[in-house]
Amino acid sequence: MITLTVNGQKHDIDADPNMPLLWAIRDIIGLTGTKFGCGAAQCGACTVHLNGEAVRSCVTKLSRAAGQKIVTIEGLSLNNDHPLQKAWNEMNVPQCGYCQSGQLMSAAVLLRENPNPTDQDIDDAMSGNICRCGTYQRIRAAIHKAAAMQMEGAKI
Amino acid sequence: MRKLLVISCLLLIVGGVSLSFRAERKKNSYAVLPKDSVGSVKAFMSVYKVLMSARCMNCHPAGNAPLQGDDSHIHTMNVKRGEDGHGLYAARCSNCHQAENTAGLHMPPGNPKWGLPPENMKMVFQGRTPRQLALQLLDPKQNGGRSKQQLIDHMAKDDLVGWAWHPGDGRTLPPMSRAAFAAQVRLWIAKGAYAPSAKAK
Ligand code: FES
Ligand code: FES
Repeated sequence: MITLTVNGQKHDIDADPNMPLLWAIRDIIGLTGTKFGCGAAQCGACTVHLNGEAVRSCVTKLSRAAGQKIVTIEGLSLNNDHPLQKAWNEMNVPQCGYCQSGQLMSAAVLLRENPNPTDQDIDDAMSGNICRCGTYQRIRAAIHKAAAMQMEGAKI
Repeated sequence: MRKLLVISCLLLIVGGVSLSFRAERKKNSYAVLPKDSVGSVKAFMSVYKVLMSARCMNCHPAGNAPLQGDDSHIHTMNVKRGEDGHGLYAARCSNCHQAENTAGLHMPPGNPKWGLPPENMKMVFQGRTPRQLALQLLDPKQNGGRSKQQLIDHMAKDDLVGWAWHPGDGRTLPPMSRAAFAAQVRLWIAKGAYAPSAKAK
């Protein structure tokens, strides 16, 4: 048995420790917000937080995730009200949406570590998250907007 | 009885001290041979060939991005060194690179220490001539504060250095075995740690 803590909930999973975390999240636990794109750490669609870092769950084995704190897009905020989610919504960032949970999970690490990122910081954090619909300009704008909201929120 | 105990305690202490002295001496000594600049430089030229091979050089780039592949192209995804050498924000090395190689062609290689040298100690190999690299490797201000013994240990035993000889599917190996490489490092230093002339290529 492997114990995974996903979005604060414990799950005892009977699976091979070499299984990619992504499979357990989607197929066993049933949280399908996290997507499978390439399975080779090349696209970022499968990004989740492992102890706060934006790991690619398609190449992260269960043995690494066992007993650690995992957060998926479903757990990014309680009511879909993370500043990034609000900004994404306001600016209609997604087109097909497939890459977007990965984009949000990566952007969340950026905003946590750098509350006021420049365009260069955004490039440095986000270049590994591929969007086949090419929503990059809106992603950039929404990250700036979310940063502004976050700073505004911190003032209140 | 008590005397016996005291004596055996004393013996134990003396034994322990002399053992630790021996360990100490072992830790700080490396083979020294008569100085021989020609032989030393010859050994370094083999070391240089290994260090400039893709498996070593790709993580000792001149810029702030790691290199990839046998052609040492810049790592895709715009990944950067970061202050600690382990990347930035959502692009930290260990987000993709696991503690071990991921099986399959073009899958991320891995090691628990995967990363570049840190921002304040870049230890660049790319573009260095043999002379420049030899002098850099010997300079504690540029080699991570290593003594010659620590330099030998790093090359011969470090686990991340050792990855180069177990690089995972589809990656070529350095031009000689690790044991042969370590032997050349030792020989280079034993014979006087000479740097090649500025003309050596
Ligand atoms: S599915 Fe994991 S990076 Fe593409
Ligand atoms: S919105 Fe379609 S892949 Fe990014």
